[in-house]
Amino acid sequence: MTTSPKLSVQGLAKFYDGMPVLERVNLEVGSGSFCTIVGASGCGKSTFLRMLLSQEHPSRGQILLDGTSLPLEPTPDRGIVFQKYSVFSHLTVAENLILAQEFEASRWSGRLFGTARKAAFQTIDDLLDRIGLQPAANKYPAQLSGGMQQRLAIAQALVKKPSILLLDEPFGALDPGIRVDMHELLLGLWKELSMTVFMVTHDIHEAFKLGTRLLVFDKIRHDPQAPQAYGATVTYDLPLKSPTGQPVQSPEAIAGAIGVAQQSPFTKNAQE
Amino acid sequence: MRIINRKPSPVTALALGLLPFALTVITYAIASHYRRLDNPADKLLPSFARMGEAFWRMATVPDRRSGDLLLWLDSFDSLWRLGTGMAVSTVLALSFGIAIGFIPHVRSALAPYLSTFSLIPPITILPILFITFGLGELAKIALIVIGTAPVMIRSTAQAVLDIPREMIIKAETLGASVWQMVTRLVLPQVLPHLITSLRLSLVPAWIFLISAEAIASTSGLGYRIFLVRRYLAMDIILPYVVWITLLAFLLDRALLLLSRRAFRWHHLGGDAL
Repeated sequence: MTTSPKLSVQGLAKFYDGMPVLERVNLEVGSGSFCTIVGASGCGKSTFLRMLLSQEHPSRGQILLDGTSLPLEPTPDRGIVFQKYSVFSHLTVAENLILAQEFEASRWSGRLFGTARKAAFQTIDDLLDRIGLQPAANKYPAQLSGGMQQRLAIAQALVKKPSILLLDEPFGALDPGIRVDMHELLLGLWKELSMTVFMVTHDIHEAFKLGTRLLVFDKIRHDPQAPQAYGATVTYDLPLKSPTGQPVQSPEAIAGAIGVAQQSPFTKNAQE
Repeated sequence: MRIINRKPSPVTALALGLLPFALTVITYAIASHYRRLDNPADKLLPSFARMGEAFWRMATVPDRRSGDLLLWLDSFDSLWRLGTGMAVSTVLALSFGIAIGFIPHVRSALAPYLSTFSLIPPITILPILFITFGLGELAKIALIVIGTAPVMIRSTAQAVLDIPREMIIKAETLGASVWQMVTRLVLPQVLPHLITSLRLSLVPAWIFLISAEAIASTSGLGYRIFLVRRYLAMDIILPYVVWITLLAFLLDRALLLLSRRAFRWHHLGGDAL
């Protein structure tokens, strides 16, 4: 690659109370990639995502975004969708979507009134149609199904047009049928907005289906006397789409190799 | 069917709900009846008619000395003290609770002090308040504030801490400043909890109010019942207790209604009591 990478991770390590969770993570990700991240539970993949978000900070090493260090706190250039609590329960669907505009327009009250508010609602009309929530625009999140809530969460995360979108098991709590719809929505938005996407998932089939690049987190060193002694790192880094558009390796082969519980999209996800 | 799966119909539920009240009234009526058989002038368990008469007199006949309608004067003064005290407590709970819950440095500075302060039994401060502020309104209101504010601040701070971290991070990624997060996220998320905490704090607030009025006052519901105690005037005390309970009940219901109206989103999950 001759162009500089969008995101560069150098010698990253993360310790909790002296126990390594992640160590020696090195990674370069080009602009527009869709990286799916899989790994066994507790291997630090969510920790990695939280560091990309600046919710947590590396114990060692650094993360560069467009060649400069990440800010120390979450900023609008990186959008986030969590598995739950991603949207504001006290605001309706439409209010959730205009909130970012209100923050930008009104420094002290963080609120728009009258015609400005109406205008803001009009700007999100297309977005509401796109995510199919137009009929639910005035409902509160608690009145929506899980799939609708996550569609709202994704739309809300994209309002500020972030260059990086982070997804932490966003579809983990959804039914398989709903997941397929969500995949289509997400892939469509990704192509349209040319974002770089990082998505943590339990479902290796989902990882293969969506990603252009698969990152597998696992421990490479094991001490049987002290299982906590070593942290995980990126053990597999696979380009997923070969020039012919065919996957280069089957999900089953990867799942077998890393010992991740293999989950077909048609079996109920036992973990959260 | 198992008893845990059997649900009363609305009519049954109402009847069951009224039953303990009816039993209390009936028990009292019987006890009062037999006492008055022995001594028609019995003061301890007066008849309902006598209590109604006394209550009516307090509500409609001007006091011979001052010309005031005592019940309304007492109610107004007590509610004014209670309302002012609770308003001050609410403002303190919001400002300090949000600062402590949201800003780690403020939390480090104030949380230990607050938890120590809230352990002081408020009544023990009453003499200090009377000495410092005199026997006027200020001391009574201060007692209500000192008695309720620490707990309300702590529960508000806890409510702030209980806001899912995900929401706060999401707000940051949407470009919110700290102040904007306070006004658009923390405040609306915390207000329903503040109302709950206010409803719970009204119970000790009444206790402090009645105590302060009993010790040093010239008006108020607490002052009145402790005054007429000297004449064993149960025909005034008992209706006054019922009246105070009714006022407390109405306040509580009004706050619940306010919460349901203003924070509909908070009650969507279905909650009880």
